[in-house]
Amino acid sequence: MRIFDPHIHMTSRTTADYRQMYDAGVRALVEPAFWLGQPRTSVGSFVDYFDSLLGWEPFRAAQFGIAHHCAIALNPKEANDPRCAGVLDLLPRYLAKDRVVAVGEVGYDSMTPEEDAAFARQLALAIEHELPVLVHTPHRDKAAGTRRTLDVVRESGIPPERVVVDHLNEVTVRMVAESGCWMAFSIYPDTKMDPDRMVRVLREFGTDRMLVNSAADWGNSDPLRTSMTGAAMLAGGFGPADVDKVLWQNPVDFYGQSGRLDVSELDADRAAVYEGNSVLRGSRE
Amino acid sequence: MRIESIQAAVTKALEPSGALWLAEARAQIAADPAALARLFPAVGRKCGRGQLWTDDPELIGWTVDDAVRTLLLAGAGIADVTAVYNYGDAAERRAVLRALPLLGLGAAAVPLVQDALRTNDTRLIAAALGPYAARHLPADAWRQAVLKCVFLGIPLAWVADLQRRKDAELVRMMRAFAEERRAAGRPVPPDVLMLVPELRGEEG
Repeated sequence: MRIFDPHIHMTSRTTADYRQMYDAGVRALVEPAFWLGQPRTSVGSFVDYFDSLLGWEPFRAAQFGIAHHCAIALNPKEANDPRCAGVLDLLPRYLAKDRVVAVGEVGYDSMTPEEDAAFARQLALAIEHELPVLVHTPHRDKAAGTRRTLDVVRESGIPPERVVVDHLNEVTVRMVAESGCWMAFSIYPDTKMDPDRMVRVLREFGTDRMLVNSAADWGNSDPLRTSMTGAAMLAGGFGPADVDKVLWQNPVDFYGQSGRLDVSELDADRAAVYEGNSVLRGSRE
Repeated sequence: MRIESIQAAVTKALEPSGALWLAEARAQIAADPAALARLFPAVGRKCGRGQLWTDDPELIGWTVDDAVRTLLLAGAGIADVTAVYNYGDAAERRAVLRALPLLGLGAAAVPLVQDALRTNDTRLIAAALGPYAARHLPADAWRQAVLKCVFLGIPLAWVADLQRRKDAELVRMMRAFAEERRAAGRPVPPDVLMLVPELRGEEG
């Protein structure tokens, strides 16, 4: 089973995690910019964070045979602190980078006017830089937050197939499916979504436009939940091709829209396992 | 290291679309130096990242994007070079470090080399220890950087002017390092034995 984790915060994880992820089949990941548990208070703090996502962390991942890309944004929580608002002015410099394959995580935390402004501005930046967008949905008041998210996405004019709406559950998945946006699910030890519930969602809604991630960070989370979901899919009657579509091909197709996804160093590995299968179409051209 | 051999290698390496992009990029930067901020990060996507084929021994290990970025930096002042480095991802920073000997900046870019040497990114450390560091980096920092290469497994063959700059203090540091390794029952890296051949006789 080869896995592309489309949302994981490796900055908060150890080298033991990298090793276990590789052993479980993870060969590629996207690390979206988010908050770090401790709120930041200055623009400089974000500059160092973005540098790390573009420098040290991909270097570290490569030591373990994993291709690291990132998404860059001012997250909704910290968009509420006026001391951090200047980050928005710096984003164009970072959105120009090779390994930046999306704008994210953007969206809502508490649904404030500041969050509205940051979200709309960053959707405009995504259009300008021809990048897909990873949208976080709030933990509190999730259904209302998701509905408002979809309204803002529609108003922005960005094509829905370039947007993934994340942290969905049984209550919020249908409206996103109907919007034409991609649907993402964070598989967590206790909260958000678990592997068996995920299998039920996939049975009902199919495997198109579906992403499964671990969203592992500094909290109670587990970078191997993607692999466990693959196992639950197989146990639940899905075939290996379905698992490969959800856990590999879909993330490649979604982030491949950036034109910057580079998993070429994985070619040899992949050719051995998936000979004859036209995987990674698009990103090879 | 000469800008002419870089230009020649780039001309050979680029596809027509990359060559066209580079010509337009240079024109834009000539008209407005601020365009560098936007164009510099795009080089890999527009011109490729493959190995640079050249007869110039000083360009061994360079990639096409390194060489194109060097051409874009030609004529830039220290403020622009510093900004490009500071906002750069790892590939951009490596290109700035490799370009330094050709930019006519004197010792003004030493802080960029020192920044790269503070990282643990082997690509940046190796690029920082090129001819520019050999010429401008103060002796203390240069010796520490060479020893750091040994720790991180960066081949000393990549350090420019190693034999010429090698001094008694560096040899002392390498001896002390070998002693520590032996005390721990760990092997002394072959590069250390290459740098201080006398240590070979003391092995075993």
